[in-house]
Amino acid sequence: MVHRGKSLKQLSYALLYLSPSLLIFIVFIFFPMAKTFYLSLYLTNPHGDPVVWKGIQSYVVLLSSEMFRKSLWSSLLFVFFTVPGTILVALALALLANVRLRGIAIFRMLYSSTIGVSVASAATIWMFLYAPGNNGMFNYLLGLIGLPKVGWLVTTQTALPALSLMSIWMGLGFNFIILLGGLQSLPEDIFESARIDGAGWWRQLRHITVPLLSPTLFFVLVVDTINAFQAFGQFNILTQGGPDNASNVIVYSIYREAFFNSRFGPASAQAVILFLIILTLTLIQFGVVERKVHYQ
Amino acid sequence: MKTGLMKKRFTRFVQYLLLTIGALGVVFPILYAIGLSLMSAGEASSYPPHMIPHHLKFTAFPAAMETAPLGRFMLNSFVVSLIVTVAQLITASLAAYAFAFLEFPLKKILFLLFLSTMMIPGESTIIPNYLTMRSLGWIDTFRGLTVPFMATAFGTFLLRQYFLTLPKELFDAARIDGCGRFRFLWSIVLPMARPALGTLGVYAFITTWNQYLWPLLMTNSTSMRTVQIGIGMLQFQDATTWNVVMAGVVIILLPSLLTIVLGQKQLVKGLTTGAVKG
Repeated sequence: MVHRGKSLKQLSYALLYLSPSLLIFIVFIFFPMAKTFYLSLYLTNPHGDPVVWKGIQSYVVLLSSEMFRKSLWSSLLFVFFTVPGTILVALALALLANVRLRGIAIFRMLYSSTIGVSVASAATIWMFLYAPGNNGMFNYLLGLIGLPKVGWLVTTQTALPALSLMSIWMGLGFNFIILLGGLQSLPEDIFESARIDGAGWWRQLRHITVPLLSPTLFFVLVVDTINAFQAFGQFNILTQGGPDNASNVIVYSIYREAFFNSRFGPASAQAVILFLIILTLTLIQFGVVERKVHYQ
Repeated sequence: MKTGLMKKRFTRFVQYLLLTIGALGVVFPILYAIGLSLMSAGEASSYPPHMIPHHLKFTAFPAAMETAPLGRFMLNSFVVSLIVTVAQLITASLAAYAFAFLEFPLKKILFLLFLSTMMIPGESTIIPNYLTMRSLGWIDTFRGLTVPFMATAFGTFLLRQYFLTLPKELFDAARIDGCGRFRFLWSIVLPMARPALGTLGVYAFITTWNQYLWPLLMTNSTSMRTVQIGIGMLQFQDATTWNVVMAGVVIILLPSLLTIVLGQKQLVKGLTTGAVKG
């Protein structure tokens, strides 16, 4: 009895400290997530009140809809274009900057600079770089080396890769910081003995650096994938899901269904699918981080 | 001996060359924006396009401020980011303190509950949150823009990890001295955790400053727009005023780039300890 009273007192004391955060989480994360599930089973009126029960049927309709499948496919393509590109370029930059040279701090700062660039400003700048006319910078540069003009954001085949290229650039700063941190934490003596054994630069990279860096690489892989699935601003500013729905990724599709068409029910069902994708990715990440801790 | 020195010099030259090419590639879009913002309207839309202005003109900046109330947008973004940052520092410190120093039942479950919020993407809760805000009449208010972000699982986790590295004896010593638990947090733990608080502060400020989707839904009136949304007002003006749009972009880029330059060390430290040490 005494014991239970004590632990109850402890709990209520701890809750004093936890309640501000808990309150926000309950009101703006847990309750809305439950409500998204709930709404996904209904058709709503324009005010967002559920009116027609659809149940699991709404998911059957969604998954068999041509439009949604295309969205899912576009999201996957976008992730597939963006994530490996970001990691490869950022890794190259991190390897370059992982040396002791005078002025290296300046290069490191420049390489991490895109972490401060918002999606709205990045998209605006790239809108001009991609401008279809003569004075679009990229088309001008292509012309200089004798290549034909590219439609970038205005043709169905190039819109998604163009959005990826811009997103790769945006992600460089964050990826660079994390990967450089990873490189700097690798033990120096392994490279020393490899050099004595006569291993060249490429063999050191392939057989020592990349395997040792794999936990960090895995971390950025998962974080980048989650971020790419959640990307929205560049789609809204540069293509509005077009041309011909070529870039109508899931998040953009949720936005359009909910806030233009006021179809809150089907939009919620898409939001649930997005949640399941992100949840899976996060669980994988936590699982691996957990294992990593055990190894150490 | 001499060839060794030559070889070393050559390697160094190649390293600097590659580093410079990499740097130019990364900052090219930013340089392009700055270049255009310093041109006249005529030069900005000339063919072939210029990267570097041939005649420096600062007219685009006042023009941008005139086309859209950028000052107002900046103020809104600043107020929103500041409120969210301060609120996150407070709520995360309190929660992290409980998780790091207090013993209580359900601690593990509550901690997992905190972490689980990181698995729920904002896009999946945005519809009910929007409907709530609309029914509360919080659209076009600072409350609507800030309150949902006043707590952070990531920040709580970051601070807890840092608090755990502080010597446990501090806690016992403070209690013997009759120091209350809240006073212990306020006058001993927080001053010692300044680096972690700095990381979280910089991170929270930049993330909020750069928010896009939520402010897009939450603001209808021009006077409540944040910079990220407001910048769109410049784009749909006359297509020949590229210099003006880029001046707007440069103006809104400055605060976050400055924060990065000033807070670089702390941000790097904070982000990498999370990623590298797991």
